[in-house]
Amino acid sequence: MLKFVVPLIAFGLLVGVFIKGLDPERDLKKLPSPFLGKEAPHFDLPRLKVPNERISNQAYDGEVAIVNFWATWCVGCRQEHGFLMELSRTSDVPIYGIDWRDQREPALQWLSQLGDPYVASGFDADSVTGINWGVYGAPETFLIGKDGRVLLKHLGPLSRDAWENDFLPAIVAAEGNQP
Amino acid sequence: MIPEVGHFALILALALSICQCALPLLGAHRNDQAMMGVARPAAVGQFVFIAISFGCLTWSFLQSDFSVLYVASHSQLSLPTAYKISAVWGAHEGSLLLWVLLLAGWTVLVCRYSSELPEKFSARVIAVMGGLSFGFLLFTLLTSNPFERLLPAAADGADLNPLLQDPGLAIHPPILYIGYVGFSVAFAFAIAAMISGDLDQKWARWTRPWTTSAWLFLTVGIALGSWWAYYELGWGGWWFWDPVENASFMPWLIGTALIHSLAVTEKRGLFKSWTLLLAISAFSLSLLGTFLVRSGILISVHSFAVDPERGLFILAFLGIVIGGALVLYAWRAPSMDSEAGFRPVSRETFLVLNNVLLVIATALILGGTLAPLFVELLDGSKISVGPPYFEIAFAIPMVPLVLLMAIGMHTAWRNQAPKALVNKLRLPAMVAVVVGILIPLIFYGGTSVMLAVGAIAAIWVMLASVIDPIRSWKRGAGSVALTRGAIGMSVAHFGVGFFVLGVTVVSAFTVEADRSLRIGDRENVAGYEFELRGLKNTTGPNYQALEGEVDIYKDGDFIGQVRPQKRTYLVQKSPMTEAGIDAGWNRDLFVALGDPLGNDAWSVRLQYKPLIRFIWLGAFIMALGGLIAASDRRYRLTATQKESVRIQQGEPA
Repeated sequence: MLKFVVPLIAFGLLVGVFIKGLDPERDLKKLPSPFLGKEAPHFDLPRLKVPNERISNQAYDGEVAIVNFWATWCVGCRQEHGFLMELSRTSDVPIYGIDWRDQREPALQWLSQLGDPYVASGFDADSVTGINWGVYGAPETFLIGKDGRVLLKHLGPLSRDAWENDFLPAIVAAEGNQP
Repeated sequence: MIPEVGHFALILALALSICQCALPLLGAHRNDQAMMGVARPAAVGQFVFIAISFGCLTWSFLQSDFSVLYVASHSQLSLPTAYKISAVWGAHEGSLLLWVLLLAGWTVLVCRYSSELPEKFSARVIAVMGGLSFGFLLFTLLTSNPFERLLPAAADGADLNPLLQDPGLAIHPPILYIGYVGFSVAFAFAIAAMISGDLDQKWARWTRPWTTSAWLFLTVGIALGSWWAYYELGWGGWWFWDPVENASFMPWLIGTALIHSLAVTEKRGLFKSWTLLLAISAFSLSLLGTFLVRSGILISVHSFAVDPERGLFILAFLGIVIGGALVLYAWRAPSMDSEAGFRPVSRETFLVLNNVLLVIATALILGGTLAPLFVELLDGSKISVGPPYFEIAFAIPMVPLVLLMAIGMHTAWRNQAPKALVNKLRLPAMVAVVVGILIPLIFYGGTSVMLAVGAIAAIWVMLASVIDPIRSWKRGAGSVALTRGAIGMSVAHFGVGFFVLGVTVVSAFTVEADRSLRIGDRENVAGYEFELRGLKNTTGPNYQALEGEVDIYKDGDFIGQVRPQKRTYLVQKSPMTEAGIDAGWNRDLFVALGDPLGNDAWSVRLQYKPLIRFIWLGAFIMALGGLIAASDRRYRLTATQKESVRIQQGEPA
């Protein structure tokens, strides 16, 4: 009776997937980006606040920058927002936002109410840029070097811990390497 | 010393779990009374040792023994005592210990209430539960020992995650776990039946109260979790389709299907193999859910610490337990189905539909939860599945389920004359349509298609649920009373209607506004005026907070003050939002304090949430229904008494 074996086969497939998912190389929290050390994927998006202007990789050409994927529906984004605001006041590294899979209206309201830590935000409603950049779920934060390469990727809300232990050393190294 | 006692007790419990599993199984196979007799004492002994171990860990927390690594990482001197206790299960190692404690607790209950069961059968059930316990204990001892020492000891601890420092979260995991672990009883019953190879209607009767009890705890646990997320996470949502939430919701859906399928198996002896599969699946999904988030395979906002080594152990254990059960199923189930028939219009048909729709809903949620993993492994790209997918995918099977539920519970077994059914339900149907359209128009000033469908379905189910209780009450004393099973069913279904009404109205008429307020400013949201009276600094035992005072007025009359807080916990430095909520039976007014915007203005999130309490109240009513049904007399009667009772009474599902 084939039908009684179906659950077993389905479970077997699932276990196969899980085994691959457990691959120690695949450490999602740390370095999930295949672009790490490579040039960040090109993007060209309408700006969130000024829809008829565009923003692309050129915005941060030649400087160390942070690109933060966020959305108003996202749990962790609200959590990290206060810290981003603090960074925008205390740190020299410019933060660019990409409003991902979102609607313009609530996003603008969010920025006007909670504050806008971004130099500028791109508006990526259909996730073209998100897919190119391999975004798994918002929020995700990328550190981009002067040469446009991805230096770091952080999954989940950006914490003070991650900032001090991962980002700051990488920023110091990146600023130092090139005069 | 105390931690070592706890560690040692855990090792003794492991040894006993081996006896509890192996000897009764062998005894049942060989028909050896003495070996089967080991089952109960071994189970009780195991429970005692795990309880000692749990007590030792709790003691270490209360003493703030920071030479224990787990205590040092999850507690702190100034942590309030209640949270020192709840911190015991606040992270991976301790929650695992809680899990085995509850498993041992359920096993002791099974020992206590299984005296009427055939000896071989109860020996096998207890043995299977002993086997599960062995796996968990081994996992705890090998990879997640909560008693590991930290030498030299820390001067102070790293504090409990502030998100968990809340009464709602302190009690919600244990209740949720009671539900998860409770499904192990149905699982063990299924395995025992498959080993012995015979499964009759009595089997379903034995299994039902255990399943219903586990289900009702799971219901309460999920509702508490949702309530906690609502007021603690700070933005007023109540369900987020996060992997951890889905992990608790899938066993609930399958458990619900199992309860209904068991009814058919008990009453009519049908769907035996299907019921077995559901019993296996409910517990398997509990395992899969709780352990997926601990292995780091799936990422969630509230997942536990990730350790690949643990992941592999978990996976191997899941493979043995679930895979073993499914192999047994593939081998034994084909011989179990019986051939009794039923007509298209009968309760059996509606219960089949119930099962199909619940399983579809579970499959869609499982698919959505695992899709990012599948896609990534197939072609390396990453996708994210969010609430929009889940909301639509879930609504598709749920709308027909709720609409059919009202008809199903009034349909007779085997064959139902359609005409009588129509007569019985015509009036409630008409009332539901009229009221379902009018209520939103009158009270909230608008309606839409989805809103009307939701409101009609909700009222339809609630009305249909009370028909039988009202008729029985009208007939008065002297006539045959409804069984507890029937009352429980009515109550639980009424709870479903209540819940649906809450969800429908909340999603249609919530008003959310992010405003910037200066002290003295007033803002009008949904007819309520919110005035920011003042801001002050306060301190708690282990945090500092900025507290806002917001007065709320309606038509110029003062109706209450709420005090939303922004807390900063001193050790972990993380900011937390404590919303201020003015609760009422028909609406919540929700105020959360945001960030300073400059010029003395603060961003404040104001929300009006009509009927949101119905969501949790509905869930509690469902659980109450489960409690009533599980306490039905017939589960405690002997076989002969049982027959005469069934002849007298109606047949509830």
